[in-house]
Amino acid sequence: MNLTLHVWRQAGPNDKGRFEKYEARDISEHASFLEMLDILNEELVEKGQEPIAFEHDCREGICGSCGMVINGVPHSKQKAITSCQLHMRSFKDGDEIWIEPFRATAFPVLKDLVVDRSAFDRIIQKGGYVSVRTGNAVDANATPIPKTDADAAFDAATCIGCGACVAACPNASAMLFTSAKVSHLGLLPQGQPERYKRVEAMVAQMDQEGFGSCTNHGACQNACPKSISIEYIARMNRDLMKAKLLGSKDD
Amino acid sequence: MELNAAIPSGPIEKRWDNHRFEMKLVNPANKRKLSVIVVGSGLAGASASATMAELGYDVRCFCYHDSPRRAHSIAAQGGINAAKNYQNDGDSVFRLFYDTVKGGDFRARESNVYRLAQISVSIIDQCVAQGVPFAREYGGMLANRSFGGAQVSRTFYARGQTGQQLLLGAYQALARQIELGGVKMFPRHEMLDVILVDGRCRGIVTRDMVDGTVRSYTADAVVLATGGYSNAFYLSTNAKACNVSAAWRAHRRGAGFANPCYTQIHPTCIPQSGDYQSKLTLMSESLRNDGRIWVPKKADDNRPAAQIPEGDRDYYLERIYPSFGNLSPRDIASRRAKEVVDEGRGVGPLKNGVYLDFADAIGRLGAPAIGERYGNLFDMYERITGESPYEMPMRIYPAPHYTMGGLWVDYNLMTTIPGLFAIGEANFSDHGANRLGASALMQGLADGYFVIPYTIGNYLARGGLDPVAEDHADCKGVEQQVNDRIQRLLTASGKRTADSFHRELGRIIWDKCGMARNKAGLEEALQKIPALREEFWENVRVPGVGADLNQELERAGRVADFLEQGELMCRDALDRDESCGGHFREEHQTGEGEAARDDERFSHASVWEWTGENQAQRKNVEELTFEYVQPSQRSYK
Repeated sequence: MNLTLHVWRQAGPNDKGRFEKYEARDISEHASFLEMLDILNEELVEKGQEPIAFEHDCREGICGSCGMVINGVPHSKQKAITSCQLHMRSFKDGDEIWIEPFRATAFPVLKDLVVDRSAFDRIIQKGGYVSVRTGNAVDANATPIPKTDADAAFDAATCIGCGACVAACPNASAMLFTSAKVSHLGLLPQGQPERYKRVEAMVAQMDQEGFGSCTNHGACQNACPKSISIEYIARMNRDLMKAKLLGSKDD
Repeated sequence: MELNAAIPSGPIEKRWDNHRFEMKLVNPANKRKLSVIVVGSGLAGASASATMAELGYDVRCFCYHDSPRRAHSIAAQGGINAAKNYQNDGDSVFRLFYDTVKGGDFRARESNVYRLAQISVSIIDQCVAQGVPFAREYGGMLANRSFGGAQVSRTFYARGQTGQQLLLGAYQALARQIELGGVKMFPRHEMLDVILVDGRCRGIVTRDMVDGTVRSYTADAVVLATGGYSNAFYLSTNAKACNVSAAWRAHRRGAGFANPCYTQIHPTCIPQSGDYQSKLTLMSESLRNDGRIWVPKKADDNRPAAQIPEGDRDYYLERIYPSFGNLSPRDIASRRAKEVVDEGRGVGPLKNGVYLDFADAIGRLGAPAIGERYGNLFDMYERITGESPYEMPMRIYPAPHYTMGGLWVDYNLMTTIPGLFAIGEANFSDHGANRLGASALMQGLADGYFVIPYTIGNYLARGGLDPVAEDHADCKGVEQQVNDRIQRLLTASGKRTADSFHRELGRIIWDKCGMARNKAGLEEALQKIPALREEFWENVRVPGVGADLNQELERAGRVADFLEQGELMCRDALDRDESCGGHFREEHQTGEGEAARDDERFSHASVWEWTGENQAQRKNVEELTFEYVQPSQRSYK
């Protein structure tokens, strides 16, 4: 199939950026969306032009590297996939496709479709862990965990940190990302000692990074490639409220 | 090149304990003054960085991703082995040790494997304490499942995302240390060389992948946790950025490279669909519990699967291996698939796959029951191929997945360069010629959490490490070489993309040094690869400049290294004139078509030594001795 692409090109953080138009020719319907970009990029390189910079790595939806806004929707309008899992059979010959980076104040564009998501790492650094040193652990079966708790913690822990939730949110809020980690650890016995201190510190960092507030649009869960539920945001808000009432002590 | 494996003496079950006791310690006040560089942030790199920082060392960790959480360990699906014996089914440290040595076709170092089996139990404890959400039974206890090459259930798992959950555990431990100031993290930094001062490794040269700055970082020791080299084949299940450059640059500075021909080809991956294909996707080995593998009896049978009657089908694994059938080990299942496809009996539009058919299981148990077991995998398959495995058989074919070879290390995980260590898939030590399922995660975390934090202390405690300034002449010299190489890539001004060379290289290695190898083919590859390398340097085109985010430049540098390392893979495969595990030389097979080892001549690790540009490497040998497991012929009939 043949396609017309409008791709965001931006030389660096200080460049204004603009859409540029490209033609992608003879693309197989079995190719992935990123393979379609690979083909276009090889043509550009052969012509001595700079290829479109975009991030990707595992190409099977787990590393969280890839992320672009495709026709206005992060990771495309298909449900529960990453950009790398989108295949060209979702398009038809002659389609026009608009491709942009994830946009948020806290995710500055580095080049073309590549953005800086290091704010997510800094949120985790404020408490997205259990403070246990290597070699201190008791036997793994010493603490039974009800299967339902373990499953709920797992559902939250599947977050791949891609940032689609932020890109989808009209407020560019990182509440879904932050609440997923707060809930993963808060649902497990191992996470209890630091539960309230954790939520306060992580939310404070989230605010400091310039992410917006949650106003219950729910766009984040629709864009999430792992279908993480906004119920975790409600859960995080309860923990945060409790932390404030308790005066943020670890109890 | 001197190869002293430094294996402790005494009975095997006491060696690690005794060694730990005998190692020199560094007092806490002095640890702060000792610095370590870790390259890579996967399971091995992240766990090592976090643990060494906990101990008090001054740690800097480098990775080429935007975040340490993206390392390829994250894509591991199946699980992690540990000799916990929670199932009470007769597992023990000795049994895990035995299975791993045998699974590796008697080409691994016994002492290292025994230590790995011992440590395996602590890994599970550690990960649970971190909050890793392993699968549990309704009683709240940890669940287990079985994997290939073992008769006990010792695999711990987190749905089909075990690697992700383990990596996030290590990443979070690392994040904690970054917050506490124990680790300084350098994301988007690619290591392009190592720095030696007075014969010891004292630092690395990196390129900042955002602004292109090339500079040195010095330390008292360097740890490479940079993964394997399956992407030498171009198409593999590895992530796109996985590369051999860090290990290869170390090799060129004097680190021995061991057993490069030991590569694992995983039997169940989605076949290639066209020339544009950028990578291959694994379908978990667990599918072989209920799926039946078959191809048509006749070559070029173009009927759809459903129209091929039972009598015209060849369930070849069930036919050749009646007792193991569809659950034959990885290396054997892969070779048999290649055989039938080579006979022209492959299926699919490109005739490059075999069927993995669930029709019988669906008929017996119903689609909902099968969906419960494999639903996520079926969805993943359908997303990629557009075909539903509920309605038609899956098409699968083997693909490069893991590399057992890597930098040679001694018992302390130190390479032949003093002060340079290699951990995880980047080293060669534990899996011999074939790795068992669910053992890669185990090894990465064993090395990172429990081995290197001790052994590096023993090295550092011996002292003699005067500070090296980052503008030391030896640093500047290496920086100059790195810059020259970047310039050479940027100014080649040829006509072909780096990827086009990579695809061509991958095709040669896959054809001549893939699932089956022979003398003539390997000799042909050893002619073709140097010629391709020469063309690369004359005809590659890298647009843009060095002082910018330049993904083509990154790619070209990695391809250049694969063009050298791929040649060594073939040289090693030619030299190893026997078959063992994943290394199958067609000249050496039993009457039944299985790998025939030659223990007389090849019970050793081949350790290759760099001798200079465009010169054949020199082979050194570490003899392997087996005191506890007697080498025998593996049989799965």
